[in-house]
Amino acid sequence: MGNHSDGSPNHSGTVATAGQNEVEKFQDPGLPPHRLRLADTDPVAAKRAERQVAILFGTSVIGTLVFLVAYFAIDLGDDTSIATIRTQNLLLGLGTAFAMLGIGTGIVHWAKALMPDHEVSEERHAIRTEEDRQAAVRIVDDIVDETGIKRRPLIRNTLLGAVALAPLPALAIFGDLGPRPDNALAHTMWAPEGDKLKRLTRDPDGTPIKASDVTIGSAFHVIPEGLNELHEGKLNEKAKAVVLLMRLDPDSLNPSEGRENWSYNGIVAYSKICTHVGCPVALYEQQTHHLLCPCHQSTFDLTQECKVIFGPASRPLPQLPIAVDAEGYLVATSDFREPVGPSYWERDEHERLINS
Amino acid sequence: MSASSTAEAPFVPKTKVGSFTNFVDERVGGSGILREFGRKVFPDHWSFMFGEVALYSFVILLMSGTFLTFFFDPSMAETHYQGSYTPLYNVEMSVAYSSSLNISFDVRGGLFMRQVHHWAALLFVASLGVHMLRVFFTGAFRKPREMNWVVGGVLLILAMAAGFTGYSLPDDLLSGNGLRIIDGVIKSIPVIGTYTSFFLFGGEFPGTAIIGRLYVLHILLVPALILLMIVIHLFMVVVHKHTQYPGPGRNDGNVVGYPLGPVYAAKAGGFFFIVFGVLALMAAAFTINPIWNYGPYDPSPVSAGTQPDWYIGFVDGALRLMPGVINDFHFEWVIFGRTLTLNVLLPALVPAGIIFTVLFMYPWIERWVTKDNREHHVLDRPRNAPTRTAIGVAGFTWYCVMWAAAGSDLIATHFHVSLNDVTYWLRTLFFIGPVIAFIVTKRIALALQRKDREIALHGRETGRIVRLPHGEFIEVHAPLDEYKRYKLVGFESPAPIPAQPNEHGVVTGKEKRRAALSRWFFEDRVAPATPAELEAAHAHGHHEAIAAGEDQKSLSH
Repeated sequence: MGNHSDGSPNHSGTVATAGQNEVEKFQDPGLPPHRLRLADTDPVAAKRAERQVAILFGTSVIGTLVFLVAYFAIDLGDDTSIATIRTQNLLLGLGTAFAMLGIGTGIVHWAKALMPDHEVSEERHAIRTEEDRQAAVRIVDDIVDETGIKRRPLIRNTLLGAVALAPLPALAIFGDLGPRPDNALAHTMWAPEGDKLKRLTRDPDGTPIKASDVTIGSAFHVIPEGLNELHEGKLNEKAKAVVLLMRLDPDSLNPSEGRENWSYNGIVAYSKICTHVGCPVALYEQQTHHLLCPCHQSTFDLTQECKVIFGPASRPLPQLPIAVDAEGYLVATSDFREPVGPSYWERDEHERLINS
Repeated sequence: MSASSTAEAPFVPKTKVGSFTNFVDERVGGSGILREFGRKVFPDHWSFMFGEVALYSFVILLMSGTFLTFFFDPSMAETHYQGSYTPLYNVEMSVAYSSSLNISFDVRGGLFMRQVHHWAALLFVASLGVHMLRVFFTGAFRKPREMNWVVGGVLLILAMAAGFTGYSLPDDLLSGNGLRIIDGVIKSIPVIGTYTSFFLFGGEFPGTAIIGRLYVLHILLVPALILLMIVIHLFMVVVHKHTQYPGPGRNDGNVVGYPLGPVYAAKAGGFFFIVFGVLALMAAAFTINPIWNYGPYDPSPVSAGTQPDWYIGFVDGALRLMPGVINDFHFEWVIFGRTLTLNVLLPALVPAGIIFTVLFMYPWIERWVTKDNREHHVLDRPRNAPTRTAIGVAGFTWYCVMWAAAGSDLIATHFHVSLNDVTYWLRTLFFIGPVIAFIVTKRIALALQRKDREIALHGRETGRIVRLPHGEFIEVHAPLDEYKRYKLVGFESPAPIPAQPNEHGVVTGKEKRRAALSRWFFEDRVAPATPAELEAAHAHGHHEAIAAGEDQKSLSH
């Protein structure tokens, strides 16, 4: 029987075990004899444990008071210093910690030192009995029989059809979660508006960059002219249009065919959005002419048109064709000639669209 | 009150508390519930507390999270920060980021609650993970608990989802880059990737919808699912009753431990306050996710040495380990004019897919290999299931290699080694690490089993060296008492089960594969010591209590 009361502080019931009467195996000797604690035999020790528990609960009270004092005595105004906020955070936290740990350790100490610590044994019961199973089968049979679903296949089949179709509207209704992608990822703000070529401007203040400002070895974080004036979708456009501008010794650039006039005097502009999963490729190693993505360490070589030389990216960073306008400012002569950023299923299709 | 009087007259409570309790009891049947559960026995072991830590962390998450919702505004509308944190004064940012800063700097106790919430989230996933490791290594997933193991796996995935959706809410630079990576991963999915990204973000990345959507997932849908799974999990724990570690007096037919009331309830209830207290201490003393240092999300900047929260690390690490190009072989392919970017798709989905598939299927794999359909309520000590333990450590090692890879840049900068070399080494370990871990673990487990046999048969070494009259030195071994000995010998050591013909007398290919796996599982085994062996060991020794010499250390294998 699963009797909860077998086993007293001085005697724990021995239980019958599987494997007994087998000569090849050791027999289960049953539960070891219970050993009394100091607090079970010595009233002084028990009294001491009682006081310890009370002290722990008392600590909790102090913690609660610390919290309340820290909350009400320290007010946060507009001129609060960070140091004050840190102090308040520390005191609120310490107060809560003492309040909680006092209660927690007190209860656990009480349970371990003073409550009966004898282990008792309880029998497990079958999770499913055969009797229950048979009864359940009978019930299910009766239910199925009473619905008549086996005898009336027309009802069954039409119901299955209806239930199979009914969730479709529930899926369809999510259709407006977002617009269709169409060609949105194929274009950026760099595309010239009519005849007006977009100037390269500094990120984040949007001041245009003169070619003469760009000395050899320097690098600029660049956004297109007009980005800061956008009222809607500014971050969306920025997420595609950000560019890194660097000037190298023109001899170290090795432009491929068709890209000879994409740079100006050793000044080159490449998309800053990693072709791996889209982090900004923000680290420029001036000496080695490498660009490094801090997220997953894809490394691109500027002297080889940003070819991937290390890491998980598989495609070079797209290059932005640039030139200088009449006033000496750097401009983009066209949009990127391929989609920027991480690859996607329609990417190759979009690249062909751009170049057609 | 005697039984006869209850039958005659209804119970009349004498005190006010009594009449209130009686009022409730007559309407909800509390007496029956108390009778069933009030003294229910729970086994006790420190390793059973990880699940409790997870449960309590979740309760603390609900409480601190509810507080945060009163002040957080999940809007991506543009605003100029006007709060008291001067370095960001008047900076353009989203309302979500601004309200997160206000929680940190202008709401009393807001920073504390944010830090409690974040630390509790980290602890929640960690304790779930450790709890599942405990369940795996002790074989607690075996019949009848296979389904509860699956529920646990679902909870682990949900916990990661809850963590990630919450991590992104402040709309700071760090979490924004995390979302950017998720967007890149989603876009790599063939056919539906681009559409999925546009549907999730409400258009192009980052858009103005994602924070609000993640917010609903984070505070409603995911926690509701977690709560549902916890209810199912605990219901099954009650149905199955808890497992227990092997030892004298414990077997598959009983459960030995402390009664729920008062000892177990006091310990478990007190433990909630301890978990809360430790989290409060961490929130008081250790800064977590200082969003004010990162600035608002902007697609252009990123800081070096960025890390996701720890539980996403293994996926991020896998992304880092995958080479995009090997020599001139590119992992991005164009097939029929469509782009398939395997350098993103494979590391993002395959390792996590393998880990969770094996995790979910493992109870059935082992059940098939061992042909074991019995209920198991007594746990295995990990050493007594060497192959399972080795599989677990191999999987854990694989996970840890990927997890370490998420910090490859920090490893390189902290130890002044080449970033590229760190990556090459981790790529190597990705493949051979689990193999080494498997072999080493299995050998250690078998060695520990042999040591157990040695101690069971010859007693423990006392460290006392005695010189015999004829000059020989021996160490005195003290025999174990029968309870300690039973702990070392009371386990099952399954032997390989050869392929068996089915009812048609045919040995199927599947059965042959099972037999091969069974051999791989159990061919290296150490059988528990038997009474006969103990008898022989004693007969061989000079004295019952003195057993020594090399000749008695030969062990069967």
